[in-house]
Amino acid sequence: MQKIEELMYKRASEMLESGEVDRVIAWKKGETCYDVSPATFTKDNLEGFVYDAFCGANLSKYLVEESKKGGKILVFLKPCDTYSFNQLLSEHRIKRENVYVIGIECQGKIDANKLQKKGIDGILSVEEKGDKLTVKTLYGDKEIAFEEALSVKCETCKSKEFAVSDETIVLNEMRDNREKRFEAVERLEKMTEEERYAFWQAELSKCIRCNACRNVCPACTCTHCVFDNDKSGIAGKANADSFEEKLFHIIRSYHVAGRCTDCGECSRVCPQNIPLHLINRKYIKDMNEFYGEYQAGAAVTALNPIVDFTKEDVEAATVVGGKK
Amino acid sequence: MQEITTTHKPLIVAFCCNWCSYAGADLAGSSRLSYPAEVKIIRVPCSCRVNPIFVLKAFQRGADGVILCGCHPGDCHYSTGNYHTRRRMALMFSMLNYFGIEKERTRIEWVSAAEGAKFSQVMNDFAKTINELGENRRLEDLRCKK
Amino acid sequence: MQRIGVFICHCGSNIAATVDVERVTEALAKEPGVVYAVNYQYMCSENGQQLIKNAIAEHRLTGIVVCSCSPRMHEATFRKTAEAAGLNAYMVEIANIREQCSWIHKDIEEATEKAIVLARTAVAKILLDKPLTAGETGVTKRALVIGGGIAGIQAALDIADAGYEVDIVEKRPTIGGRMAQLDKTFPTLDCSACILTPKMVDCAQSDKINIFSYSEVEEVKGFVGNFDVKIRKKARHVDETKCTGCGVCMASCPSKKGLNEFNMNLNNRPAIYIPFAQAIPNVAIIDPEQCLKLKSDKCGLCQRKCGVGAIDYKQEDSFVERKYGAIVVATGFRPIKLDNFNEFGYADNKDVVTSLELERLMNAAGPTKGTLLRPSDGKHPKVITFIQCVGSRDVSGCGKPYCSKICCMYTAKHAMLIREKYPDTEVHVFYIDIRTPGKNYDEFYRRAVEQYGVDYIKGMVGKVYNENGKLMVQGSDLLDNKQIVIPSDLVVLATAIEPDPSVRDIATKLTISIDTNDFLTEAHAKLRPVESPTAGVFLAGVCQGPKDVPETVSQASACASKVIGLLAKDKLKGNPCVSHVDENMCTGCSQCEQVCPYGAITYIDKEFRIGGGKTETRRVASVNPAVCQGCGACTVTCPSGAMDLYGFSSAQILKEVEAICKR
Repeated sequence: MQKIEELMYKRASEMLESGEVDRVIAWKKGETCYDVSPATFTKDNLEGFVYDAFCGANLSKYLVEESKKGGKILVFLKPCDTYSFNQLLSEHRIKRENVYVIGIECQGKIDANKLQKKGIDGILSVEEKGDKLTVKTLYGDKEIAFEEALSVKCETCKSKEFAVSDETIVLNEMRDNREKRFEAVERLEKMTEEERYAFWQAELSKCIRCNACRNVCPACTCTHCVFDNDKSGIAGKANADSFEEKLFHIIRSYHVAGRCTDCGECSRVCPQNIPLHLINRKYIKDMNEFYGEYQAGAAVTALNPIVDFTKEDVEAATVVGGKK
Repeated sequence: MQEITTTHKPLIVAFCCNWCSYAGADLAGSSRLSYPAEVKIIRVPCSCRVNPIFVLKAFQRGADGVILCGCHPGDCHYSTGNYHTRRRMALMFSMLNYFGIEKERTRIEWVSAAEGAKFSQVMNDFAKTINELGENRRLEDLRCKK
Repeated sequence: MQRIGVFICHCGSNIAATVDVERVTEALAKEPGVVYAVNYQYMCSENGQQLIKNAIAEHRLTGIVVCSCSPRMHEATFRKTAEAAGLNAYMVEIANIREQCSWIHKDIEEATEKAIVLARTAVAKILLDKPLTAGETGVTKRALVIGGGIAGIQAALDIADAGYEVDIVEKRPTIGGRMAQLDKTFPTLDCSACILTPKMVDCAQSDKINIFSYSEVEEVKGFVGNFDVKIRKKARHVDETKCTGCGVCMASCPSKKGLNEFNMNLNNRPAIYIPFAQAIPNVAIIDPEQCLKLKSDKCGLCQRKCGVGAIDYKQEDSFVERKYGAIVVATGFRPIKLDNFNEFGYADNKDVVTSLELERLMNAAGPTKGTLLRPSDGKHPKVITFIQCVGSRDVSGCGKPYCSKICCMYTAKHAMLIREKYPDTEVHVFYIDIRTPGKNYDEFYRRAVEQYGVDYIKGMVGKVYNENGKLMVQGSDLLDNKQIVIPSDLVVLATAIEPDPSVRDIATKLTISIDTNDFLTEAHAKLRPVESPTAGVFLAGVCQGPKDVPETVSQASACASKVIGLLAKDKLKGNPCVSHVDENMCTGCSQCEQVCPYGAITYIDKEFRIGGGKTETRRVASVNPAVCQGCGACTVTCPSGAMDLYGFSSAQILKEVEAICKR
């Protein structure tokens, strides 16, 4: 990964230097190695530029605001992030000509919490070696299977293909594990209604309405969110008496249904570790089953199944059941 | 707040499109084809006006069942509205079931303006199902219950 | 602050007998926002409306809730009442406590409680109502009539007579329709052609009427007052502007195997033909299935013979795009196919004919020049048996559940004409019931029985079979309670009629609804019988339901008067309950545009102030209120809630849900 970071840094500085681009959106080191955040870099300042196994954030959404500032932007996108980028293009949220996309290799990103849960503390840095991960810590080097450290969103990586790119930096073959994509949803589907109710009751009751999921979601790019609009009748209320969390998450996922590329950012950023992606993924699974396979962002011109229809569509009663 | 009663009085919200199903309900009325009083109708121009938010709101507020009625596919007054309804609600009802709401509590029926008898029969049938299911688990959160 | 008045109607005893109107009044008077509640015997009566008007003035009401019958019945009435009292017409909500309450519930307690909930729901909605003003659009002063049968002809003539332009689109090569095929008309027995053809000629000669024959409606866009219609003029391979209708081409054509549709395929015609002598337009047409030149590039005789050079083998379909203010649908009917009725032996015996075929067999311009000869051997039939209700009133699923309405009368007509012309003929009629309501209709039928000695047998026919050249009609005589067999020479089936199949396509293009029998649905079965539910589209003739010529003509004239009433206006008030976009909320994602069936939504780049003296340009949706029909599809698609519908706003519907769910 260090090699890739070097190549990325090289391209970024070259393009800034030559004036091909005005700004670069990439990842920046924080206080600790796992505290990485998206950042905008300019010619004069490329300090903190990083790309390693902790760089999970999907950078496509940042282009919406960044591209309003004018000039040309270089963005580094992992394969799954390119779908979000395409989806945003189709929604006229980004102008393609203002962005230079470099697709970069990704073997899956890791979750520091998972390392800590395994007793690996004092993490200083990580290094990928095939399917192993070497963690340098204050207490010496530790090695674990890469897969064990994978973040939830990468456990079921849907694609290692770039839906869009101007150039790519890929040194090794990328692994995906798409066949596992719907396993968790299927597990839930197999539960009884009571069990499912209890599952979501327990999960969503943890929600603190911090809005991190909404803020990070590349499909949640509304100028003003319906939940912030007093006129909508469903604006978030501080003194809500019931249901607000479920209503929020069901509607949020409905609003991004057909546009959600399954990037998993919602779950990644949730401070309460709620598996929010399982809501979005249920819509994706249903849409695939009811209306045919569809991957949001795979093509800019494709019609989202939720605004499309055929005269022969299945009835809700057929697919959901409902009549006794 | 009302005093707690032992027998649960069910509550059913029926969204009816103005052109077919609401007219079908009118026909049921003028034909004196009865259905339970717990069915309360909200008139919408087209079934496609029904936002899933409305359905969720009804469940939030204690509805035991929600039914959408629209023109038969192909007969939409706005030509394509009910096709959109069909997709949206198939996905939404599936999602509600995913959250543990019994699938019998949500329903779509296509009722034409000529089908007064069907309207009454559908509402009787739905009300019977809802009565059998009893009180709905509300879509509420533990945190808020305290 | 809103000041709402609630008006509870007794509807005589229709509501008051099951709903305790006093209790409803008391309960509603206490609702927040309600300043006045009253009940009255008939709110829709003049006194009732006056009561509302007075209350609006006296209590300075800002909106009214009327608890009465269905809004589909009197919403418009009360809107006018409110308007007359100075309120905005859209500050009115109806709580349907009749159809949805008093008429379906018996228990007074239950019905009263429900009525209160329904009224509260209406109050919850009206508290968020805003005065709405309908936009205005212009009217294209031209009408389109789809179908050139007697319904279309009459409608066109009446509209033209009022001074408006009319286009008739007829899919066949000539106007005239089914009536042109009829021999005589009941109950006066005057010749159909004699009364129809002058009207056809009037159409051709009118400078206001333009006939697109052999043409079909390809595409319809727009809305009342402003329809954009694309018409496909099918290639007839004859230049309409040149052809004089001399008929030389017909005589020269070597291909003579084409079935004569006008004569119900009972005889043949050349590949180039004029459907019948009085056809309008009197222009030949080439049947591409039969023409040797078009099929195999041999022949070309007609082109050589034509004195005016009208034949054009290379002619292709062409398109005309025109604007119309109103559209009349008059697509007519056809007899049903008899595939499901093998018992009558129609497919196997040439001498089992439908009534429409009999019309041609008796018509002077028909295949037998008006002499009644049976199709198999050209002999005079001596015993003729009529079977009524073939496929009508049939609940078995083989035929149609409805009564075709015209068969009793035309069968009596046929029986009478035959007995008059050929007194030596024996005529039997099997019937289930005789239905002859109408001026001079029952008298007509009785004449058939009493004066002409037609043998009417009440009963059904089980089967018709051929035995030694005789058609054996086996049926039951219900009055004598016995099985009978009548050896006949000719059997006539009074075949059910059904809407012409083209009506389905037309209905889809016009977004008007069709019932289970494919008849077009009127806006109101009793009070708006000639209007379709789509504004500006009207219905005439059998496409709306079975009817005879006088009824068809009445309906066509009624349509015409509706069309004239529409075209006479310079401006039309639109429906103000349309979508609108909150540009501050709109993200410009395009999803609303993708679901709009009317193309009412477009996008514009607009500059917005974003504070600090800065602006930003955003792509936002823009709704054309004249094109929007108010279905609301966009409102649900919009994730940010920027799209909303006037009259049915999201906040209003949520309030209704809350009001209903209040325990």
